[in-house]
Amino acid sequence: MNRTASQIDNSGNRIAERFALLAKHKRPGLVTFITANDPTPAAFMEIFEGLPSVGADLIEIGIPFSDPMADGPSIQASSQRSLKHGTDINDVLTAVSEFRRSEIDTPIILMGYYNPIYHYGNQEFAEGAAKAGVDGVIVVDLPPEEAEELNVHLRANGIHMIFLTAPTSSDERLPTILAQASGFVYYVAIAGITGTASADEGAVKTAVARLRRHTKLPVAVGFGIKTPAQARAISAHADAAVVGSAIVDIIGKAVSADGKVEKGLSVKVLEFVKSLATGVHGAWP
Amino acid sequence: MAEALNTYKGGADENGHFGLFGGRYVAETLMPLILEVEQAYNACRADPKFAAELQHLNTHYAGRPSPLYFAERLTEHFGGAKLYFKRDELNHTGSHKINNTLGQILVARRMGKTRIIAETGAGQHGVATATVCARFGLQCVVYMGAKDIERQMPNVFRMRMLGAEVRPVEKGNATLKDAMNEALRDWVGNVHDTYYLIGTAAGPHPYPTMVRDFQSIIGEEVRTQLHEAEGRLPDSLVAAVGGGSNAIGLFHPFLDDAGVKMFGVEAAGRGINTGEHAASITGGSPGVLHGNRTYLLQSDSGQIKDAHSISAGLDYPGIGPEHAWLHFQGRVEYVSATDTEALDAFQMCSKLEGILPALEPAHALAYVARVAPKLPKDHIIVMNMCGRGDKDVFTVASALGEKL
Repeated sequence: MNRTASQIDNSGNRIAERFALLAKHKRPGLVTFITANDPTPAAFMEIFEGLPSVGADLIEIGIPFSDPMADGPSIQASSQRSLKHGTDINDVLTAVSEFRRSEIDTPIILMGYYNPIYHYGNQEFAEGAAKAGVDGVIVVDLPPEEAEELNVHLRANGIHMIFLTAPTSSDERLPTILAQASGFVYYVAIAGITGTASADEGAVKTAVARLRRHTKLPVAVGFGIKTPAQARAISAHADAAVVGSAIVDIIGKAVSADGKVEKGLSVKVLEFVKSLATGVHGAWP
Repeated sequence: MAEALNTYKGGADENGHFGLFGGRYVAETLMPLILEVEQAYNACRADPKFAAELQHLNTHYAGRPSPLYFAERLTEHFGGAKLYFKRDELNHTGSHKINNTLGQILVARRMGKTRIIAETGAGQHGVATATVCARFGLQCVVYMGAKDIERQMPNVFRMRMLGAEVRPVEKGNATLKDAMNEALRDWVGNVHDTYYLIGTAAGPHPYPTMVRDFQSIIGEEVRTQLHEAEGRLPDSLVAAVGGGSNAIGLFHPFLDDAGVKMFGVEAAGRGINTGEHAASITGGSPGVLHGNRTYLLQSDSGQIKDAHSISAGLDYPGIGPEHAWLHFQGRVEYVSATDTEALDAFQMCSKLEGILPALEPAHALAYVARVAPKLPKDHIIVMNMCGRGDKDVFTVASALGEKL
């Protein structure tokens, strides 16, 4: 079941506008994930700023954390590469501000774990993120039961808190999550960590239909989408497909043991994203 | 410091918070399972049959009650306070860890789980988990830091003999924190059949409460045994704290006895001021890791720092949330002892009492050695001898410059 522009609650920020635009063009969106300052601040900025032109409809930027418990080896390694540059929240916000100097339409979502944000200060983080031009925040280890202490500041600053739903989230539990969700709903397609198993198209179709019974928000599906073909197959049943580990893997492979970055990395990454976008954008009939 | 409370045993609220601390900070995939564990545990708690089954196992399998032993020669040596050891190192498997694994394995069985995973630092919890899995015929996978595997080889072999698969974790500092990350990752991917048997009084709710309840048998026995021996309550309780399961087990039954002072001894490693330590309360600040908010060793930007301790069981950059709260409330005093002090205590205890302590309780004894000489002779200290030192002989030998 695909959506039309009129079905989407457009509250006036970039995320809603972007999903409205996608619905108008009758196509699902591509959400790409990269970790801030991976593999180096300069190479990251080149990739980040190139993403909109190759078809990334929404961009997730990872805030690195020393202990990413829900992530598989690819994103763990990318966090480690980022942390080698001492990346902190100020660096992430600065990168977003820089991006926003030339690009004002593509929604940016920060994704990370709670401790660096909590340590930075929830209010300071929300204010800084709004000022930098961040539209949404995903905090992997902050379920709805614990989220209000951060969400209160995000709401006050017009930033959407995006919640994860999983194959394990029961019908009884979904309302608890969705009552607090805004922006879009992120469906975790596999019961597992990022970048490991492949998402199953049939299961995703059923799961998204179930979510739609509970929410009018757009649904993005991620975890376990690695190829343009998979991205196309999964996004046929959703409003967007999220790809992270497969992109981050290309970055990882371009870094030598002594930290040297292969020439032409950004071109390589952006070409891959373009192939994902081609897959996703043709997914709806 | 917070105002004094009427009770310190009120426990966590419905979302598992001890004041600011505790909670359930996990990915959504795990949330439903954690809620299920909580329901299952509450059902067990309310069921007299569960209590009877556990008591039977504690008596006939683990060998409880463990003795309360008057450490006469150490008392003479210190020339001050009267020292008792709670001999939890005499339990089956050689530490207090069996108290918790027996309880949790019964919960897991009632939940119908067939595969058990665990993290371990010193290997004591891994051995205790492998033991109960063998006893009940359940598959067992233990995550253990590669560095810990090296320094706790005897325990690795024991786990294998018990039929467990020990999976080395090379990531990070390759110690307990990294083992816990990997166990959580395993759990996220195997929620349908797997139960995560957490070994310390940390992690997301209900684990800190559940582990504390199963370990509280330590303090409950001490209360009865000391009453028989001395006809009164202790003046001070002393226990080592890494995650804090043996300490909370000793302390909890006495929290509302205002006259009983309590000391949790953290690992100061090479010294708090060197930055190479595992003293989360003494040298850390509040943060969120492994499902709960507590005191953590962390950088200025909220990255978790690697801990250091000669004791693999204390080598963890956090502490259970109830300890964080008891510190915040000022009910328990958290102090520390260095690697060197623990080594000295290890040798002293071996020579004077004929008891080889594990390096974990050797930290507790190091603190006792510091304060006991200054205390009056009618001051009674009960220290938890929570593990035996056999597993540490290689580490101690190498620290003393001897080759085995």
